Amino acid sequence: MTRATKTYVSETVSRLKPSGIRRFFDLAASMEGVISLGVGEPDFVTAWSVREACILSLEQGYTSYTANAGLLELRQEISSYLSRKFGLFYRPEGEVLVTVGASQALDLALRAIVNPGDEVIVVEPSFVSYGPLVALAGGVPISVRTNGADQFKLRPQQIEEVVSSRTKALILCSPNNPTGTVLNQEDLAAIARLVEKYDLLVISDEIYAELTYDEPYTSFPAVEGMRERTILVSGFSKGFAMTGWRLGFVAAPEEVLQAMLKIHQYTMMCAPTMAQYGAIEALKNGEHDVDEMRKSYRRRRNYFVQSLNDIGLHCHLPGGAFYAFPSIASTGMASEQFAERLLLEEKVAVVPGSVFGASGEGYVRCSYASSLEQLQEAIKRMKRFLSRL
Amino acid sequence: MKLTEKELEIVEIVEKNARIPLDTLAKMTALTVEEAESILKKLEETKVIVQYATIVDWRKIDGHEGVTAMIDVKVTPKRGVGFDEVAERIYRFPEVKSVYLMSGAYDLSVVIEGRSMAEVAHFVSEKLSTLDSVISTTTHFILKKYKHDGTVFDQGDQDRRIVVAP
Ligand SMILES: Cc1ncc(COP(=O)(O)O)c(C=O)c1O
Repeated sequence: MTRATKTYVSETVSRLKPSGIRRFFDLAASMEGVISLGVGEPDFVTAWSVREACILSLEQGYTSYTANAGLLELRQEISSYLSRKFGLFYRPEGEVLVTVGASQALDLALRAIVNPGDEVIVVEPSFVSYGPLVALAGGVPISVRTNGADQFKLRPQQIEEVVSSRTKALILCSPNNPTGTVLNQEDLAAIARLVEKYDLLVISDEIYAELTYDEPYTSFPAVEGMRERTILVSGFSKGFAMTGWRLGFVAAPEEVLQAMLKIHQYTMMCAPTMAQYGAIEALKNGEHDVDEMRKSYRRRRNYFVQSLNDIGLHCHLPGGAFYAFPSIASTGMASEQFAERLLLEEKVAVVPGSVFGASGEGYVRCSYASSLEQLQEAIKRMKRFLSRL
Repeated sequence: MKLTEKELEIVEIVEKNARIPLDTLAKMTALTVEEAESILKKLEETKVIVQYATIVDWRKIDGHEGVTAMIDVKVTPKRGVGFDEVAERIYRFPEVKSVYLMSGAYDLSVVIEGRSMAEVAHFVSEKLSTLDSVISTTTHFILKKYKHDGTVFDQGDQDRRIVVAP
């Protein structure tokens, strides 16, 4: 075969679409003076005490590998955090694994459970990596489209519509990226009944659990009967403002967790050591900082969402995370076009809803993890933009 | 005085930013503009909010560099009024920015702002040390302000995040 017809890249990877967020990044990065509502991460810097703990670990020379599953002290802290916060009980030895971000945890979870051709239900609009990770694990992502009129809540009958004999698992994300929608105890209990009925596993991405503003948070494995069927994925990125540390964790029943650990030990060995020392401090003494950040996000959410509605972009009040997901239907534009024109004409970066799946079309994702001044200016510019249409 | 949750929230917000527009404040706290306004008014009337202050970095303004001194003052307390009377005599001077009663090596801590070192020296030698109850003064000039009332001067607070991210 000649070089021209041959590709070295695997078919699975060839078929993956590049993230739509990437395209917008390239466009926005080439411009100056952009107000960015396009960022999926906190605008806070990691708490000083956490940074200090990491520096201290370096000064003391803790620069070697840790146990594959992570420092035992950190796993113990994670275990007691999960019990204190959500009433969950996981054994630090055997049921907790420290990963390189929630991202690696998701990858491990899927690779540990998916057989070739297994179907995994992905609730859209969804975080951009779920579908591709399912495909990379050899599975088939099956989309369920939630809708704006229902505040993007997953309803049990939507699972029934797509479930098949090949369905292995369901990925839940509450609070959701990009919609900010939170599934409460009632919503989760209804989903749990079907999970049992169809004998599914659930990968519950709870990376935004610390960032909920209205109702007490229910963790999916805390729902009756669900602990044995859930892989709980979480981490430090969002609630603790530690995105760059690349540190996450998984809690799951021993059989599944050990399978994930097997992959982890061959592919990653262990998460970064200094980050793990920082994370111990975050769990031990970080609660006050998390509270302050949560308060600040809630106020900015209230301001931003009401302002969006005031300027004519209808938006439900998201219960968690730091995203507003307003409808742009009134403009008659597709979300790509809206985002592109808003960026070029008013220098406000938002992410088109379509990159989160077909049901995100007609919406844009705006992160309100920005200073109040930036949010005020963004609203002013968006208002001016809309008035010209 | 016991504040409601909304009242407390408003105190917290305006403490950080006194110039926040009323409609923004109302939206942040999920109140109507009228409700937010009436809470603010109540907080002002009851002197929970004492004053809306501005922190100025005077070094940036030509001809306004000024000097600040902290003066440790030892005094003889007076029967019946303790330190209050002398403290009051000191804080009535317009040059005096703050006066605190301290425990430890001295009694009063007095902060003075003047246009020049000579002006501060003049105040200390002519006005402060000549007060009846004042036993001694120790003057410390402030060389540089890094942080004042919780605000860091010239902090690198730019957004370090990339413009669009997952
Ligand atoms: C829903 C969701 N899950 C996982 C992640 C990845 O988190 P981490 O930084 O811990 O890898 C993100 C980041 O945007 C997210 O939004």
